[in-house]
Amino acid sequence: MSLRNKKSGGLPRRAFLYLPLLALPHVAWAAEALSFDSLYKSIGVLGVKYSDRAVALKGRQVRMRGYMAPPLKPESKFFVLTREPVSVCPFCASDADWPVDIVVIYLKGALAPVNFSQRIDVEGTLEMGSWTDPHTGFVSQVRIIDAEVHKP
Amino acid sequence: MRFAPSLLAVALSAAAFSLPAAAQTIFPLNRAEILAGSHFDFKVEFDGVVDPAQVKVTINGQDHAKILGKPAQLVAKEDGKAVSSLLLRDVSIGKPGEYTVTATDGSTSKSVTWHVYGTPAKAAAKNVILFVGDGFSVAHRTAARILSKGIEDGKYKGKLAMDEMPYMALLSTAGTDSIITDSANAAHAYTTGHKSCVNALGVYCSRAANSLDHPKVETIASLAKRRGMAVGAVTNSEIEDATPAAMVAHTRRRSDFNDIVGMFFDSRIDVIMGGGSPNFLPKSTPGSKRSDELDYIALFKQADYKLATTKSEMIAAADDAKTTKLLGLYNTGNVDGALDLKFLKKGSVTKFPDQPDVPEEMKAALKVLSRNKNGFVLMVESARIDKYSHSMDPERAIYDTIMLDNAVKLAKDWAKANGDNTLIMVTADHAHPVSVIGTVNDDAPGTDMRNKVGTYEDAGFPNYPAPNAEGYPDKVDVSRRIRMTFGATPDYYDTFRPYMDGENVPAIKSAEGVMVANEKYKDVPGAVLRVGNLPNKGPRGANNGVHSGDDVLLTAMGPGAERVHGQMENTDLFRVMAEALALAPQGKATPMKAKKK
Repeated sequence: MSLRNKKSGGLPRRAFLYLPLLALPHVAWAAEALSFDSLYKSIGVLGVKYSDRAVALKGRQVRMRGYMAPPLKPESKFFVLTREPVSVCPFCASDADWPVDIVVIYLKGALAPVNFSQRIDVEGTLEMGSWTDPHTGFVSQVRIIDAEVHKP
Repeated sequence: MRFAPSLLAVALSAAAFSLPAAAQTIFPLNRAEILAGSHFDFKVEFDGVVDPAQVKVTINGQDHAKILGKPAQLVAKEDGKAVSSLLLRDVSIGKPGEYTVTATDGSTSKSVTWHVYGTPAKAAAKNVILFVGDGFSVAHRTAARILSKGIEDGKYKGKLAMDEMPYMALLSTAGTDSIITDSANAAHAYTTGHKSCVNALGVYCSRAANSLDHPKVETIASLAKRRGMAVGAVTNSEIEDATPAAMVAHTRRRSDFNDIVGMFFDSRIDVIMGGGSPNFLPKSTPGSKRSDELDYIALFKQADYKLATTKSEMIAAADDAKTTKLLGLYNTGNVDGALDLKFLKKGSVTKFPDQPDVPEEMKAALKVLSRNKNGFVLMVESARIDKYSHSMDPERAIYDTIMLDNAVKLAKDWAKANGDNTLIMVTADHAHPVSVIGTVNDDAPGTDMRNKVGTYEDAGFPNYPAPNAEGYPDKVDVSRRIRMTFGATPDYYDTFRPYMDGENVPAIKSAEGVMVANEKYKDVPGAVLRVGNLPNKGPRGANNGVHSGDDVLLTAMGPGAERVHGQMENTDLFRVMAEALALAPQGKATPMKAKKK
């Protein structure tokens, strides 16, 4: 079966998957848009510096556009949002291949599978500062919590 | 509890071998070749919980404690499971010979034989430089020669520096678990002389639950440091990545990056260069990937390492005659490859505009290491030949092969100018299923890219411009270009052209968990969907190319290189280094040094 066939064949399932996303109200965004480019002032070998705007938005509703990285563990309560689609080495099963400018997303509800090559919008509360996920030990520096995922 | 060894241990007779299939596993494994005096952990794994009174372990018929210097400890229930193990860490055998180890639990018995070897009494080489082109296969080499030397009337206009070496061998790369290795156990074979399994560094793969608890073997870096030599690891991957990590690491899991940084620090090897800085930063520092507050940047500085975060800082540090230890971290991820770094400026070049290439790193490393009068062991890796072959990006892999050769040329020149007493070896850790099958000719008739592929006489010769002073053609997207293909692939879009906008990402996981072709390339003019031939779902679903089990080439020159010939195991490369450096000198006493712990 070719990929194209598979794609059309998969439509009903995908529509189902996106149902919660479509249920989001299409009202004017209350959240501030933040991009990967505007998140950082600099990315250096010895650490990153957040932009003044990102720091100012701490604790507020933001929305970011990016790609969902394939979760390392299927049962994860969070996922990683990246600037570009990433193909995490499935064989290494580590975060080692991830770029440094990632944002970790903790969802408000259950995580509906999304296409990892499909751009998504995420809206939620911006959190900054080191945080170790109690279930996986995964350390993140920037997070969007209570997040909802939206298809642009 | 402690296992009480019996000096009256019964040497097993031939009858013992006819006992039911023995379940014990003994590490080091059967047919292990062990450098005399090198440190290793000894472990026997029993199939169930054993009666300590029934357990006997002999070596050449004598109690093992007599040979290994101390008795092994019996772990009644390893990791809380209903299995017992005997463990004895950090032992060595000083006298070369055959050693048959027999372990019995009273009902079943198992024997393995180790070959312990010595080396000449006197070192033939003062220094060793080991080049590893990660994933570097014959097609990469051929393509690099075509692009960087040119070809006319069927003859190359020049040879690669790595071609002009008097000794060559085929190295076989299989591991203890598979005919296919990854970069971890492949590099481990070079740095320890022992075979191991996929993902493992500096350990045999036992059943231990913790990745750091497996039976360790000593690395060339440790052996050289014990003899007062300087040691370096230089790469353009993250420094924690498998190949450089194999110089110092002991873990079953190559992705233990945070532990591996600690192992680099503990090893105190003198030059450490590559990318991968986030695992050196305490977790409270934005951009860190650590899960603790250890600040390895500060720790390395306290241990008298100079820190370089750019090429300029690296050159300044290396030029300072007082610098004898250098930590160079030039990128948060991998250092950009040659095509991006020097020509296309894609990847992370705008973020990190002052990164060194591998030859520049090596040049700085040689300056620092050669300040040690006892000589040095240096591993130099061109890491992204492999990474770009995984991502099915032929041009980037070929440019990084040229970069590898540039480093080899520099090393040869350095060795010649510095006493001609350096053993230089150039090899790969494993292969990729790549082949040069012809050219793509944009000027061939029609629009169908497939029919612009030239094979046999239609391939002709590509029209890359003459290489620049560094051996790189300064234009990669020429109208008649190399067609290098991959034999094992996920689904992907074949674009028939170089990836000018950044490294190829051939496949992505779909919402259904299936690896599918990356639609980013669907609309590239002439792109064709190729249905892959690798697993596309489940834990081994492939989103990029994979390693092949093909043998790899090793070329060598300098004192000790004459041992390189024919078909060899990858572990034999370690022995070539050990013999050239006389790491287990025979013919005079080899004092047992105090074991560090």
